[in-house]
Amino acid sequence: MTATRRDFLRASGMLVVGFSALPALEAHGLGDAMMQAAGPYPDPDFRQLDSWIVIRADGTATFYVGKTDLGQGTGTAFRQIMADELDIAYDRTSCVMGSTDVTVDQGGSGGSDALQADGWPMRRVAAEARRVLLEMASTRLGVPVTALTVSEGVVSVTADPSKRVTYGELIGGKRFNVTLTGKNTDTTTGVAPIKTVQQLKIVGQSPQRYDIPPKVDGSLKWAVDVKLPGMLHARNVKPPVAGATLVSIDESSVRGIPGFVRVVSKGNYVAVVCEREEQAIRAARQLKVNWQKPASAPFPASDDLFTFMRAATPTFSPPPSVVGEPAAIGAAVTVVEADYEVPFQGHTSFGPAHGLADPSNDQMTIYSNEMKSYGLRNGVAQYLGIPRDRVRVVWMEGPQAFGRTAAGDAGFEAAFLAKELGRPVRMQWTRQEETAWDTKGPAYTVKLRGGLDAQGNLIALDYEARAADHNHLGYNEHDSVLIAQLTNQRKATPARGGASTPNDMYAVPNRRMATHVVSLPLVWETPLRTGNLRDPNGPQVTFASESFIDELAVAAKADPVAFRLKLLTAGTADDRGFKRARSIAVIEAAAEKFGWDARSSPKARGAGDILTGRGIAYAFRSETVVAQIAEVEVNRRTGRVWVKRFVCAHDCGLIVNPEALTRALECGTLHSLSRALHEEVRFDTEKVTSVDWITHPTLTHADTPERIDIVLVNGDPNPERPDLPHYGAGETICKPTLAAVANAIFDATGVRLRRVPFRSARVLAALKAASV
Amino acid sequence: MSQITLTVNGKRQTVDVEPTTPLLYVLRNDLGLQGPRFGCGLGQCGACTVIIKGEAVRSCIRPVSAVAGAEITTLEGLAANGKLHPLQQAWIDEQVPQCGFCQNGQILTAKVLLDKNPAPSDAQIRQAMATTLCRCMTYYRVQAAIKRVAKVNA
Repeated sequence: MTATRRDFLRASGMLVVGFSALPALEAHGLGDAMMQAAGPYPDPDFRQLDSWIVIRADGTATFYVGKTDLGQGTGTAFRQIMADELDIAYDRTSCVMGSTDVTVDQGGSGGSDALQADGWPMRRVAAEARRVLLEMASTRLGVPVTALTVSEGVVSVTADPSKRVTYGELIGGKRFNVTLTGKNTDTTTGVAPIKTVQQLKIVGQSPQRYDIPPKVDGSLKWAVDVKLPGMLHARNVKPPVAGATLVSIDESSVRGIPGFVRVVSKGNYVAVVCEREEQAIRAARQLKVNWQKPASAPFPASDDLFTFMRAATPTFSPPPSVVGEPAAIGAAVTVVEADYEVPFQGHTSFGPAHGLADPSNDQMTIYSNEMKSYGLRNGVAQYLGIPRDRVRVVWMEGPQAFGRTAAGDAGFEAAFLAKELGRPVRMQWTRQEETAWDTKGPAYTVKLRGGLDAQGNLIALDYEARAADHNHLGYNEHDSVLIAQLTNQRKATPARGGASTPNDMYAVPNRRMATHVVSLPLVWETPLRTGNLRDPNGPQVTFASESFIDELAVAAKADPVAFRLKLLTAGTADDRGFKRARSIAVIEAAAEKFGWDARSSPKARGAGDILTGRGIAYAFRSETVVAQIAEVEVNRRTGRVWVKRFVCAHDCGLIVNPEALTRALECGTLHSLSRALHEEVRFDTEKVTSVDWITHPTLTHADTPERIDIVLVNGDPNPERPDLPHYGAGETICKPTLAAVANAIFDATGVRLRRVPFRSARVLAALKAASV
Repeated sequence: MSQITLTVNGKRQTVDVEPTTPLLYVLRNDLGLQGPRFGCGLGQCGACTVIIKGEAVRSCIRPVSAVAGAEITTLEGLAANGKLHPLQQAWIDEQVPQCGFCQNGQILTAKVLLDKNPAPSDAQIRQAMATTLCRCMTYYRVQAAIKRVAKVNA
């Protein structure tokens, strides 16, 4: 009999009942996590090696990691780095992720730091397991560890390879019982050293992602697929006007619907619960609710948003950051000024928020795709007043999650309803609800001024940003999730929010960067709630800053690549991550791959309907740097913009899986292209009016570039250094795209677009205004 | 409620539901299928796509009563004799999905395209796939995977 997680849990005295027939899940590595355990669910001990790695008698290993994979292949990457340290074949491994009762709390996902921060404890515990196994082999084979060789899970005597023992023979079916040290999961370690870059064999290869086959043959069990005996279906009924107060509910309007179970309401939170899903949908539509509109408008209409933001008194203005003497701009020969605007943009997840909560056995189990499953567990425990060890979140795959989505909100709602009804309840948001009420990336206005000397050198730069980000929501907070707001269990003080400054390594001798947060009139119970969306501020801020660098290059009659390189080489100091040197490397690599010919913008316009141009932009995030070049076609008759080609040069340090990284970078680029060309949350003075894929357009197949070149760069000054680290690789790519496209449109047309998105009507109006 | 008989992936099954119930919920909740998924309920995104009479049908807006007796193919029914459909294999070879939630619609819509036009041009691919949405933006690789199969067909 082979040892599995279940055996360990049985051994530890926990009653475990196997979950019924889920072979696909077993294949996917989720079988153990899906078991129905009676509870309670204490935290796995991160200081025990057995919490991280299980090796079976057949020589296969399962890694238990407290992260979630949102479709970028992090699970595959974790298997690679851990298999490499353990010296076991990649295809003999599997990975269980993010379920709070069986994996240590590594926080789930966020910040694109899965490898940058969380990869290290994984590598160290795998190295420790290898060390312990070698010691066991030493005893078994009667030779010192130094006389042993290990390869793909087989330990042999170097001088006599016929003497060998497998990992499965050494530990299969048994516990390691090895205690680790470390203050927290991030610092967890044994005593074994990790390998140098040169010793890694699986890192740097591109095994195919293990999650893809079950995603294309229909066998993957997603969080939306879990069915439990006696489960009910719920739908929310949201206030029709933001900030409305519930007056009364006419339950008789739905009582006759077959399968109707109950209307649940508390404060301004209203949900209907039915036996079947289509019944719940019908009941939510049919329920008569009397709402009282708020006394004053919750927000200005989207057409008036930027006027409102510029006039608003800021709720927060931290001291500006200042380099040199900002007044030096007075000595400039040429002063350039520009204002940029980015609207609210939503997650608008492809699959609306959902969660299934099971209150059986006086516990609460939530099946969810929330990327911070541990936070959901803690938040629900606090919100419902249930001891933490009686709540668990079983993380399963779900739709697109690029930050603080509504998936957590739906998890709380399912748990609340399950507790009320004493039966498993599945909550599913509608498309309209998701698009209107999910969290938004904050809207920005940015004012930039720059001064050039007679030689076209940038001598002073002034940046002043305003973000509509008051009450920026955290993740899974028991006192700020939507149901806590609607049930009047919210915190007293809204979160302060923030506005960001650009991330570049330009040497500008005199520079001031100021930021302000502004608030819309309605702060709570509003669909215009802000939260982290795939680099929470980067696309907005970089649109402004990197468009403006291009405007300065135009004023200096300089080539935009050369203008940027001059600003980077003007400095000499570098930082710990060598970001200045690596910024130069990615810009040069992108220009070379693109075949960039040095000239100033705009290019001379042709006579035809299609105008073509190219634009570059660059940014960093933490230690990852990226340069993007867009080649566009602008139709001067229709205003349609098509990015025909992208070149992206990207440096994220040590790369684990180049092919999976390339895919993630292609997709991140196109997500930001969608934000550049299409996405804007529209609203009137009562409600969000962007509620589906017609009123909230997104990028489609028709917009897809003909070609995307991803150039993976290692610009480290010592590229072969044995300690080259992994940097985060998810979100940096999303930052420069909006500016690269705007700069390319300017190059093609001579018209500068300073307002996102560049929908055809806006582009056409700008072209007409400039008589293009 | 009424008894309605459906043929799904070659298997005849009878369900007892309201005739107006969208096919999607019957496939998912009564027949236990997980290829078709809820994305919008409005026929706008393609997550719920199934194939009926050679057409890509959005099951979220098709009443179950309207497809009684019809042959319905879902993602689960694409593989034949234990072998993946060439498009599914191309999806793996090209490493197409990110989250994968939309890929049911991408694969089935592509299948209908190639069944009608085995070697479509790039423009035809873009047009045929234009209303099948992906929010991870895997479009570039979806098109590459379709072109892989189209090339073999050409």
